[in-house]
Amino acid sequence: MEDDAPVIYGLEFQARALTAQTAETDAIRFLVGTQSLKFDNQIHIIDFDDENNIINKNVLLHQAGEIWHIGASPADKAVLTTCYNKTSDSRVVSCAAVWRMPSDWETGSHESPDDSAHNPQTLELLCHLDDSAHSNAACVLWEPMGDGKRVISLADNHALLWDLQESSTQATVSSTATLEGKGQLKFTSGKWSPHHNCSQLATANDTAIRGWDLRTMSQIYCIENAHGQLVRDLDFNPNRQYYLASCGDDCKVKFWDVRNVQEPVKSLEEHSHWVWSVRYNHSHDQLVLTASSDSRLILSNMVSISSEPFGHLVDDEELSEGEDNHQEDKSKEPLKDSVVSTYEEHEDSVYAAEWSSADPWLFASLSYDGRLVINRVPRALKYRILL
Amino acid sequence: VLFLFVCSPSPCSFHWIRKAEEQPESLDPCDINGPHFDPELFLNKLRRECSLAELMDQETCMVKQIRSLDSDMQTLVYENYNKFISATDTIRKMKNDFKKMEDEMDCLSANMAAITEFSARISGTLQDQHAQITKLSGVHTLLRKLQFLFELPARLNKCLELQAYAQAVRSHRRARCVLQQYSHLPSFKGIQDDCHAIMDKLAQELRQKFRDGGSSAKDLSECVELLLQLDEPAEELCDKFLSHAQSRLESDLQGLEAEIRPYPTIPSPTSNTDILEFIDRGCNEFVSSLCLVITSYQELFINHAQKGELLNAFVDDLAARYFSLVERRIQEEKGVADNSLLVRALDRFHRRLQAVTKLLPGSAVPNQGTEIVIRAATERVKQYLSALQSFYMDSLTDVRQALATPRDAPNSLPELLSSLSASILNQIKSVLASVHLFTAKDITFSNKPYFKGEFCSQGVRESLVVSFIKFVCQSSRQFCESAGDKGGSTPPALLLLLSRLCLDYETSTISYILTLTDEQFLVQHHSPVTPVTTLCAEAREAAQKLLNHYVKVQGLIISQMLRKSVETRDWVNTIEPRNVRAVMKRVVEDTTSIDVQVGLLYEEGVRKAHSSDSSKRTFSVYSSSRQQARYAASYTPSAPMDTNLLSNIHKLFSERIDIFSSVEFNKVSVMTGIIKISLKTFLECVRLRTFGRYGLQQIQVDCHYLQMYLWRFVSDENLVHFMLDEIVGSSAHRCLDPAPMEQSVIEVICERG
Repeated sequence: MEDDAPVIYGLEFQARALTAQTAETDAIRFLVGTQSLKFDNQIHIIDFDDENNIINKNVLLHQAGEIWHIGASPADKAVLTTCYNKTSDSRVVSCAAVWRMPSDWETGSHESPDDSAHNPQTLELLCHLDDSAHSNAACVLWEPMGDGKRVISLADNHALLWDLQESSTQATVSSTATLEGKGQLKFTSGKWSPHHNCSQLATANDTAIRGWDLRTMSQIYCIENAHGQLVRDLDFNPNRQYYLASCGDDCKVKFWDVRNVQEPVKSLEEHSHWVWSVRYNHSHDQLVLTASSDSRLILSNMVSISSEPFGHLVDDEELSEGEDNHQEDKSKEPLKDSVVSTYEEHEDSVYAAEWSSADPWLFASLSYDGRLVINRVPRALKYRILL
Repeated sequence: VLFLFVCSPSPCSFHWIRKAEEQPESLDPCDINGPHFDPELFLNKLRRECSLAELMDQETCMVKQIRSLDSDMQTLVYENYNKFISATDTIRKMKNDFKKMEDEMDCLSANMAAITEFSARISGTLQDQHAQITKLSGVHTLLRKLQFLFELPARLNKCLELQAYAQAVRSHRRARCVLQQYSHLPSFKGIQDDCHAIMDKLAQELRQKFRDGGSSAKDLSECVELLLQLDEPAEELCDKFLSHAQSRLESDLQGLEAEIRPYPTIPSPTSNTDILEFIDRGCNEFVSSLCLVITSYQELFINHAQKGELLNAFVDDLAARYFSLVERRIQEEKGVADNSLLVRALDRFHRRLQAVTKLLPGSAVPNQGTEIVIRAATERVKQYLSALQSFYMDSLTDVRQALATPRDAPNSLPELLSSLSASILNQIKSVLASVHLFTAKDITFSNKPYFKGEFCSQGVRESLVVSFIKFVCQSSRQFCESAGDKGGSTPPALLLLLSRLCLDYETSTISYILTLTDEQFLVQHHSPVTPVTTLCAEAREAAQKLLNHYVKVQGLIISQMLRKSVETRDWVNTIEPRNVRAVMKRVVEDTTSIDVQVGLLYEEGVRKAHSSDSSKRTFSVYSSSRQQARYAASYTPSAPMDTNLLSNIHKLFSERIDIFSSVEFNKVSVMTGIIKISLKTFLECVRLRTFGRYGLQQIQVDCHYLQMYLWRFVSDENLVHFMLDEIVGSSAHRCLDPAPMEQSVIEVICERG
């Protein structure tokens, strides 16, 4: 059972921002935002044809500035948010905005793929997610599984909850939460929890992780010193509401039960440099993807703290005798947490990794030199999880 | 004689042998000396066999011999003549004397006959009187006996008065049979009744005395003996005897219990006797009394064999209580200062119990005693282990303080290390010496199988020495883990020092300690023991972990400086660089001091051969012209692949750099690790910022400065080149107006700084 070779796509520019097109559930599609100070930045729409192992790309222009973060609307395929740097008068300002892709980008690419590279269409600005008081957006989070009407932006030490109205052309701040404390506090990253009716948010600043209740905009828990160094990224377990993964500059990936913030449930130290991104698989939460500036991407199988710690449970009735025995043998196998695979296709720091929203066994990773690599979960593991 | 001759090997003697053989039965008629010599035959033989000359010779020889024989004979005759004369005289004289003696003898025999006659006559007359005297003396003895009997009641009474019970019983016993025999006579019957009455009274008194119980064990046993002689029922006595003994032994036990402080929390130094005194008292009072009881019991009730179980139960019960007291007392011995006292106390305790073994061969008491000793010993070993552990932790605290105090601390790192390791080793040695007392030859329990085998291997080797070494490794590892997150709680110098300590343990100390232990305790490995290699591996792992952690901590300290310096500056609106930033100087200074620190404890290590121009001038390796070419290429939109191409080609030839990787046990490797971490942080921070023209130039200057000083610390200078190259490259990418500074200007600035 040989695994398919990874598929590599090279961007012309350096890039950090990567997201799956969340609302798209049929096609395997990723969005990449580039970073260039001199030229117009682009958003590459990467379509992966799973059957033929071919990548189709479409490029949209993002002229506002270099993209640091990108987020796709969970409701509307065409809507996305970016956080970007704008330079004007030797000043660098971080902004956030909601954009819409031109309606015909897809058709255009099919007719003349070469043209699209030379004459890319431009993103249509829907609204800015800035007000005068709060700038320097670090990231914008869509309400998970929502109707695409609510986003949170993290700017300096504020978390702003926006309501998008009029087909997202108007954004108003409905509530804010402010991080208070000594020194210049700044949110570095955050994640909107899909549990509890989407009423919780987790943020990272410096070495701490904080949980917020969005109804009251107040802090509900705080993991001080979650990591020895800066916390770089967070992700919620999609199936276990209290479980949270975090990663940071201490090279570690930690798994937390937010009901007990004293000790992590589990701690991994597989990377040899800062870990920039951690992502749970959307359906099989034992699969955890981590990307690091040691140029590696690691897929771990965290069975012991997943929602299926004893493997896939099969009803006894469904089984005939023979299968029953087989099942027993399998359940005796110790299910251990392990590193499934280390991917070394990148040659520069990998800042982002994402699971596809359409195919749960497929993921993409993006390194700074603009290399996007699409990989699959090894078949052996896939069948072990499924069968 | 023959034998003697045979033995002597000389030829001369052989000749004699022949002679001696022939002599007794020489039948040869030609033998001139033989008894059967025939002159005719001899002459004929001579004439026939010899020549004339020989005959002549023979003749002269013969004449010569004859002559000499003649003269010999004459001499002999002359000599013996005088003797014959004197002998004749003597014989004559003797003849006269004998005649006189004969007369005297006759006279004597006549006298003797007369004497015999007289004596017979005298004895005949005295015979009657002699018979009378014999009869009289017989009557006298009988009368004496009768008198004894008549006087017996009075005597017994007197004895009773004087409390000379033993004498009374003895007298009574003597008379008892006689009285019994003649009891049909009224007078004797009276005496017997009197005696019985008195003896009953006596028995009563004895019983009273016995019941009172106040008397000593010796008195008591005497009492019982007398009562037994008076045919008291043995069972009852036996029970009573034991109960009395018990009450006395219990008072001993209470005395002992009083010695144990009732409330150990209240310090009362006056009442606090040391354990040796306590055991001494226990031995002298309780154990010796117990032995006495056992002995007297066995002597007294020797015929009542079934009572043995009773005694055993009795002894077991009391001994159990005694043991519980002893154990309580032993448990109070917490201080590990002087082990010899405890060992001596235990020895005495054990030794005295041996007496019980001799007296009661089947008793479980000595075994229980041995078990107590064993428990005490294992408890001791545990205490020593915890004492060692706390000593180790204290030493570490001292080291920590020494490191925290003044400036001279870094220089004294090797001294600190050696003093630390020496003090630990000394402590281990002294503990081993203390524990060794348990197995000293003069200690009675040391030859028990437990102390010969299990105590040495499991107790001392495993529970004490191996556990301690494991503890050292484990606590070292904890330094890496607990302090890992914040990094600040353990001073890096301590990590370095501990790492070296663990490494030293791995290379020599562990095997030394274990060999020492095995030698001192003659450990025979009956049960599986932890092999040296396992411990060494553990120590090495700990050393590795500590060193890695050290690298990480030091790397993070420098990283933190670099990160702050990059994050807090406005790189777009900075002024033209005139100097190397202070933080870079600080980085180089810190790196140098780390280098010195590590160099104190670790060897240099190997570095890759330097290229011939590995000096300040090596900066030309990444010349500005090439650098320009690189960013120029990356900004050519028509050739987007070139960006990747150039850097990828570069990367193709350089191995992937693992930033937080394991380091080797040498200075260069450690320094490489630290510098890698620092530069990688620098790179990642630079990539998050946007630079103006002068920002880029400042980075160029800083990188050149780092290049000038850092290459010497690392194993492969290309690594530093490559990483600094990346930094400058990345900042050029992030630059709004990438106009690099002239290389010569950079060099001037750096040299001025």
